[in-house]
Formats: sequence, structure tokens, C-alpha cells
Amino acid sequence: MLQNKSFVRKTKQGKVIKVVREHYLRDDIYCGAPFCNVCDVSAARLSSNSSTILIVDTNVVLHQIDLLENPAIEDVVVLSIVLEEVKNKNIAVYNRLRALCSNPLRRFFVFSNEYHKDTFVKMETGESPNDRNDRAIRVASQWYQNHLGSIVRVLLITNDRENKRKATKEGISAETVESYVKSLGQPSLLDLIVQPPSEDVAMEDVEDLRPAKRKVIYPEHKPMSEITAGLHRGIYHQGKLRVNRFNPFEAYVGSESIGDEIIICGRTNMNRAFDGDVVAVELLPREQWQEEKSLVIADEDDEEEDGVHLLPNSADDAPRVTNLVQGSADDKNAMPARLSGRVVGIIKRNWHSYCGSLEPMCLPAGGGGVVHALFVSKDRRIPKIRIQTRQLGNLLDKRIIVSVDSWDCLSRYPSGHYVRTIGEIGRICVIYAVFSVDPPGCKDIDDALHCTTLPNGNFEVGVHIADVTNFVHPGTPLDDEAAQRGTSVYLVDRRIDMLPKPLTEDICSLRADVERLAFSVIWEMTSEAEIISTRYTKTIIKSYAALSYVEAQARMDDSRLMDHLTRDLRNMNALAKVMRQRRIDRGAITLASAEVKFEIDTETHDPLDIGMYQIREANQMVEEFMLAANVSVAEKILKHFPLCSLLRRHPSPTKEMLEPLLRTAAAVGLFLDVTSSKALADSLDRAVGDDPYFNKLIRILATRCMTQAVYFCSGDLSPAEFSHYGLAAPLYTHFTSPIRRYADVIVHRLLAASLGITKLPDIFQNRPQLTSTADNLNYRHRNAQMASRASVELHTLVYFRKMPTDAEARIVKLRSNGFIVFVPKFGIEGPVYLTPGADKTGEWFVDEQQQKLKKIDGSVSYSVLQTVKVHINVTEPQPNREKLQLTII
Amino acid sequence: MEYVSPEGLRLDGRRPTEMRQLRAEVGVVAKADGSASFEMGNTKVIAAVYGPREVQNKGQQMNDQALVRCEYSMANFSTGDRMRKPKGDRRSTEISLVIRQTMEACILTHLMPRSQIDIFVQVLQADGGTRSACINAATLALADAGIPMRDLVTSCSSGYLNSTPLLDLNYIEDSAGGPDVTVGILPKLDKVTLLQMDAKLPIDIFENVMQLAIEGCKAVANYIREILLENTKQLEFRRGV
Repeated sequence: MLQNKSFVRKTKQGKVIKVVREHYLRDDIYCGAPFCNVCDVSAARLSSNSSTILIVDTNVVLHQIDLLENPAIEDVVVLSIVLEEVKNKNIAVYNRLRALCSNPLRRFFVFSNEYHKDTFVKMETGESPNDRNDRAIRVASQWYQNHLGSIVRVLLITNDRENKRKATKEGISAETVESYVKSLGQPSLLDLIVQPPSEDVAMEDVEDLRPAKRKVIYPEHKPMSEITAGLHRGIYHQGKLRVNRFNPFEAYVGSESIGDEIIICGRTNMNRAFDGDVVAVELLPREQWQEEKSLVIADEDDEEEDGVHLLPNSADDAPRVTNLVQGSADDKNAMPARLSGRVVGIIKRNWHSYCGSLEPMCLPAGGGGVVHALFVSKDRRIPKIRIQTRQLGNLLDKRIIVSVDSWDCLSRYPSGHYVRTIGEIGRICVIYAVFSVDPPGCKDIDDALHCTTLPNGNFEVGVHIADVTNFVHPGTPLDDEAAQRGTSVYLVDRRIDMLPKPLTEDICSLRADVERLAFSVIWEMTSEAEIISTRYTKTIIKSYAALSYVEAQARMDDSRLMDHLTRDLRNMNALAKVMRQRRIDRGAITLASAEVKFEIDTETHDPLDIGMYQIREANQMVEEFMLAANVSVAEKILKHFPLCSLLRRHPSPTKEMLEPLLRTAAAVGLFLDVTSSKALADSLDRAVGDDPYFNKLIRILATRCMTQAVYFCSGDLSPAEFSHYGLAAPLYTHFTSPIRRYADVIVHRLLAASLGITKLPDIFQNRPQLTSTADNLNYRHRNAQMASRASVELHTLVYFRKMPTDAEARIVKLRSNGFIVFVPKFGIEGPVYLTPGADKTGEWFVDEQQQKLKKIDGSVSYSVLQTVKVHINVTEPQPNREKLQLTII
Repeated sequence: MEYVSPEGLRLDGRRPTEMRQLRAEVGVVAKADGSASFEMGNTKVIAAVYGPREVQNKGQQMNDQALVRCEYSMANFSTGDRMRKPKGDRRSTEISLVIRQTMEACILTHLMPRSQIDIFVQVLQADGGTRSACINAATLALADAGIPMRDLVTSCSSGYLNSTPLLDLNYIEDSAGGPDVTVGILPKLDKVTLLQMDAKLPIDIFENVMQLAIEGCKAVANYIREILLENTKQLEFRRGV
């Protein structure tokens, strides 16, 4: 059957056109009830034993969507006309309703009444679209009742009095939301009901219990027609209201018609507008304009008072205003007054749901009754919201979501209703005295620390790690890519991220002065750094200082500074020293590497200077706590998941591997005991030569003999093999850098699962896959190291191409035609040839016993670890294959 | 925008693989040798055929086949807004050419050398798919004129919106900016004579969309055959055979 819809529409250019559209009516639209014996039941969504089928009207959906989302509401038929109206009025509610309809767990059925041959209604002459749609809803309800017969009751839910009356007259059972919910007998549901505005049915039995509050607090909003006219005549200005983040009583409206921001001061002038509303503003007379410097930052809780005294034209305000005028007369040029205005009407509301908690109040005696409570949003820009609840006791200590329904000019606060509980307050603790210490210019800050003194003299120390797994979910393309990359790669002049830049540098990064999600390990420690208790929790932190190592060190060293931050730093440093000592006593080896740092020209990206990377106490302090966190986490996850934890082990070096080290040491008359890591560490400590660099050199040589530390899956090896040789720790893992290492991401997931926060992803059930992931991480890790070493080499080359240098070098290895030297100042290592390239039949020979390279005639000899002077320059033996050349002088 | 609701209905109540209502009438212009009007929903076109007749411009005369000419135009009242379109704008020229080529492919031109066939099509009401409707109307008019053809040419369009192949787009769907595949086929010979698309589509999806359009063409062909049969019966009846 074919119907033509025709209507008149105004185009964007203002032309009025007539639109004719076809409208096909069908006979193959089914009712969605599985017990229907006429319709096709394959797509039925309603439950098969329902006694009541609900049909909701548009306003019910628009206002009571929170109620509809509650699982107690079932067997709802959503008419397509309702969907369409909701879509035009509020797209957010529409999306939520659509989600309900497509959720297989809910019994919501969409009935396309507009296309059904029996339920389509044509607009009658003189009928408004609203009335037509209401009629369509009634016709559809009627159809449903006739179609399904007496097996079920079809109930039309409407809060519109007129609609309800007509429905009852036509023999359709209709109820208001409130009476229906009451009939369900679940008092907690009643909280979800939006209190209807005055013109609707249910208001009859609601009276304002607080007569004292019945005075007009805010000026009435102007009607829309007046606003439009005013905007045209330039009396009013339209713009989006932005509330000052630091002072909720001050807002700005960026107006296009003025081309400047208009300041709105005080709740009365803001006239019930929320942040983000599109409002119409009227300018105040020039005398009342605010001056720049009078715009102060408000204190936390001066709400009640402040709301009143900024009333325009009120007596209290007058003196203040004259003061202002005088003030600005003195120095008019310096501080021009800013445009000020007041809101006369709201063009478009930006209301949505807000997260926060109820203002603490004592429970009324009775308990179960209706209570008015004030909700305080986490966002300071949002005013307090009044809600009605019957479960105050339950909600007081919860973090809840509330949405706004209306704001009457008689009430100081907007009224809203409870939507749902997110969780208990305090489960996620917000920790503020947090700081981070990183290399200068570091953007991917994945760790932060805090340290407070407890009343009993102990310390609470927290390591807060960026909560990457909150954003990177297992099985997503993002996760797959990160797993593939395995690690971020740090090159001298750039960084290749594992995660996309916004995550790496902003969303996850624990930057200063912003709230960030973190995964924390919090210990209680004695002043002797003995761990009394360990707590793992997800937190929200707000770092108040992002320090560099240098800054942190400077603070600790500067005895004049006595502020909180410095005190915390010193406490931590003291603890770290104890921990470090204990670790060394246990046999941890302090290894050394020749890390260098470049100073790069910002324009040409050429290195300007090279120096050894200096390790400060601050570095060691941070490192110490990271190690401790990693160890704690390793213990925790292994306890919960003995077979599928990702750990990191460092196998003990074999005797053969240590052989070169021993020989070199022997040559300089040093005996190293390598029987255990403890023994080795002690002998390394004793290896102090006459020059300061000797010890470091030995350590570097020792480092080279070690095996690589590797990730592994705990199920693949026996517990005896888990140990980390270098750190002398029986268990170790990586937890502290999830932004730049994927291993840490896995460990985060394990830890979250062990705490019961999330479910363990499926991949952990699959041991071969886990093993291959671990192998990939090892592979990527090694590659990343090689890449950054290559990058360092390249930059060294660029540096020495410009300025050939002479420097002191140490001989580290002997060869028959020369030796390998190490230049401590630049961290480079390279061969020095004593004989020209091809000529291998040397006049030189190596004395293995003494570790000496001697000239045949015995005139010159070089011994290992001897200091020599070398000249460093760049040669190009083959075209485009530049290389560093070291020659002895 | 939602062109197909999750319930599987399009904006006008059709399902994705349904065509609009077809209506056709033969012999609507008495003066022409053959004529027809064709409606696809709210799209309404009229076609008139003159010929085969003497070639007007002798220079264009061909000795081995007939000259086929086609003129497409849109009535000024065909769209809602009154716009005076200059005759022979690029769009009309292009559609004229498309229709001429499509019709030429099915007319047995070699049977009528040194003659000319004129096809005039005008859009009376436009609601998407005018190209297809014009081809269908022209086929009917040619058949009405009794011009020898290999087969009927029928045409239908299809598109791809909201990840769903849609048959016979109307104006709203057409202006959604998605791909619009117009197909013309010779249904009995199962040959394609026209294939146009003004967007990009992955090849596997394109095949589905095109297949849908071909199904549409076949449905149109059945309908046209019915109309012609009806018309023939009427003629038969009038002759009193």
C-alpha cells in the first residue's frame, strides 16, 4: 500500500519548499511476541511468559531513560514513531535507547508502527504533529491489545495527562510512570524516576515541603520568541557559556556578535545556566562591569553565601560596585573593565550525567522514606544538584552518577535524579602528594612516587605506574600492535613509540598538575626500609611536580629548602640508600655501562657535545623504588598465577663466560672471586686501582661477560631458574614502564586479575602463545638496544667528523696487530692498529701470560688496561662508508 | 544518518532489496510513432519515439545503418524548487549520450539504413533514478513504435549505504553521497549494456551491489513485458480480431 507524505520544509537558505515522500505501508511487520500465532516469531524479542507489555511514549523515554535502563523494566515495545521523536529531540537518549533495543539481554522490541498498514495514521487537518504522534501511539497500543488478545495486558505508559485521558476513553489501559513503578514494588526503582515538571499528572500529590524556599531566587528565563527577537535587534548576544575552572561563580560567554568574551559573575547572573549551555546574554550597564583584577579565584566552599551577594542591583552589592568604578577611574588605561552580562535565556541545554557523591548528611530517623539530598559533582563547575532518594543510607558513601532534570527559578539548586552507583568512595583513592623524577624533557612519564610519614613514625611509600591497561584492552588492534612492537625505541634524537602519541605523551603519561589513572604499589615501611605491608590498588593521582634527576638532586642537596617536596625526597632517598645497601649485601652486582649523552643542536640536529651519562643519587633513588615495586609485583602475580606469570630472569654466567674478565684482571694483579654473585660483587668493590676510573672499567668489562636478562613464562621453567643474578633477587619482573614496554602491560593485566579488578584475558590460558609473546619481547628488546646503540654510533661519527679530537683511552683487549681501546670520555670503543691494515706479519706479538702486546725487538710494549692517548677522527675507506678511526699518538 | 533502520526498513518503509512501485503506460503521446510513460515511485518520465524516418541532416546519413538520436530533458517543474536549467547542460548531454548508446545497442539499426530514429525523454517528476526510468520508458516507447530490437533494455540502480546494498535509490538515498550503480541489461540475452558508478567500492561488495541491480533490471523487464502484452491484447481487441 502506498501513501504519500507531504510536508513543507524550510531550507537552510530560508526558502520554503514542499517535500513529497513516498511512504510504503507493509503487512510483514511482526509484533515481537514469541507466543503470537499469527506473526513470524523468528525475530521476537519479548519474553514468552510476560503478562504485561509496556508501550512507552516519547516523553517517558526522554525523561525516564535511566529508569528504562534498569533491568527491572522488561517487555517494552518501542514504537518507531517514539524512536524518531526521541532522535530529533535528544540524540544521546536515542543512542541509549537503541543500545537497549539491540541488547540481547533486554527484552525491548522495536515495532515499526509507522510502516505497518494497520497502525499508520495520517495527520488530520488541524491536528498538530504532536497530537498526531500521540494518536499514533494510542492506535499502536490498541492494535497490540487487539492483536494479542486477552493473554496479555498492553499497558501504555505516559505522563501526559491528556494522552492518558484519551487512551482510557479508547479503552487502552494507561498508567503514569510513577504509578507503574510503584506497582512493581521495588522502592529502589523509585529513585530513578525523574520528578515530573509541574504541568504533568503526578505533580498533583507532590507539594513543596519547604515553604521557606518558595521565594524566587533566579529571574525567569525569557521566552524563546523574545530571545530570538532580542538577538536580531542586538540587545542579546548568543554564545556558549564556559564556567571558570577555578571559580564556579564566574563564567565567560564567547559572543560572535560582540567579538569578545562577556563575563558573567555570580550564580544569579548565570541564571541557572550550566557549563556548555548555549545561552542568550544581556550586557549589564557599564557601571557594573567587572574589572580584570577583581576576578579572583574562589575558595573551596563559599557557595551558599556567594550565591546571594552578587545579585545585581541589590543593596549589598552597591558599595562594591562604586569601589570598582573609583578604582578603574584612577588607572583607566592600565585595567580596562571587561564586558559583563547576565543570562536571560537558555537556547540549548548541555545537561548530561555527572559523577560525584552526596553531601554528607545524617540519616533521618525513619530510614525508608523519601529524602532530599544534595549531590556534589566532582567537577567544580557544576553546581550542587538536589536529588530525591529512598536509599540514602546506601548512597552516602558511594560514588554515584546523577543526571539533571530541571532547574526551577524557585530553587537554588537544579533537581536531578540518581542514575547508578559507580562504586564505593575510597576504593579508588586519590593521592595528591605525588611527584615524578625522570630524565629532563621526558614526556612519557610512567612512574611517580609519593612518600608520607605516618603517625607511628613509619613511612608510606607509593610507586604509581601509569595505568596503561585501562586504555589498552586485550585483543584490540591497539594491543596487537603494541604486542608486536614490544617496546619503545629510544634513539639519540627521537623516540619510536610503542603506543600512539596521545597515549604515550598525554593520556597515560603521569604529567604534573593533571589527574591521571595509575596502578600503585603502596608499602608501609619502617625507617629501616623494612616493608611491613604491601598494597596494590588502582588510583587516581595528581602529580604536583615533574622533576628531572638534576632538579631532584639539587633539591635534596640544597640544605636551605625545607618544603614538603624536598622533605619527601630526602626521606625517600634515605630509605633508598638503606634498600640499596641491603641489596648489595645480598649480592647484587653494580654493573656499569658506558652510556653517553649528546647535546643536540636544535636546528641542525647535529651533536654539539658528548659526555658520559652522569648517574646521581636521585637516579639511584628512583631505580631502587622501581626495583622494589617490580619485586613486590612479581611475588604477587606468581602467587596467584604460578603457571602463567611473565617474569624476568637473569641466568648466572658460566665460568667460560667469565674467563676473559678473569684473565684481564689477573694481568693487572687483581683476583676476582666469581663463585657467587655476592663474591663477585665484593671483589668488584675491592677492585680499586690508583686511578678513579679503574673500578668502573672493571665493572664495564664484567657487564660484558654477563648473559642477557630475559622475559619468560613462569610455567616454562622450574622455580629455581627464576632468579635474577644481577639483582640477586629470587623473583623479578617488569611492572614500572607500561608506556614503553609491553611486558609491563602484560604484568599489569596479571596484577589486575590477581586483585580481582578484571578477568584474566584468554591469552594467559594459552601457554605456547604466552611463551612466544615472551620470546618476541626478548627479541624486540634486543633489537631496540641495538638500534639505540647504532644511533649513538652514528651520532658519534657525526660529532667527530666535525671535530677530530685527542683523548685518553684504555686498552681493553689485545690483538696481534693492535688493540681495542675504550675512550671513557665519549664512551666509544674501537680498534687501534699498530701495523698498517694488510700487513699482518707483525713485528708485534701477544704475550698471553702477561696480557701484553710486545714489539719483536722488545722496545715497546702495551699491557691491558694501560692508558694511552689516541687521536679520534673520521675516515672514509670506502665511499659513503665512513668510520671512526683511532690512532695512537 | 540512518538510511536503513536496525529493523531493516528504509526511510520510506521499503526493505533493502525492494523496488519502488512501478507504473507504466503505453501510447501517451498520440502524435509520436511510439510513446510511453514510466513511473518508479515518485520518479515519472515520459518518452516519445519518432521514426524510423528520413534523415533530417543529410550529412549525418549512414548508408549501412539507422541514425539514432536521443534528447533528454528535465521539466522545469520536475523538482520541488523552480529552477530554470539551460537546455543542453552537461548533465543532460551526458544522460542523452548514455541513453542513446544504450538504446543503439539493442535496436537492429542495420535493418533501417539511411533513416533516423529520434528518442525524446523528459523527466516530469524527479525522485532519484531518473536515468533508469528514462531507459525503461524509452524501451517501452521503442517497442510501441514497432522498431525492431534484439531484446528489451531495462535498467535499474542500486546503492550501498549503512553497509547494506540497497535497490532502486530514491532522491534522499541518492543524495546521501554513497555509491550509485546504474545497470542496464538485455534480460533475455543476459548481457550488460550499461554500467555506471560514481564512487569507489571494494570489488566484492561491488559485485553484490551490481548483482542486486541486475535482479532489479530483470524485475523491471518482467513488468515491461506484462505491460506490452496487455497493450497488445488491447490492440488486438480494438482491431476486433
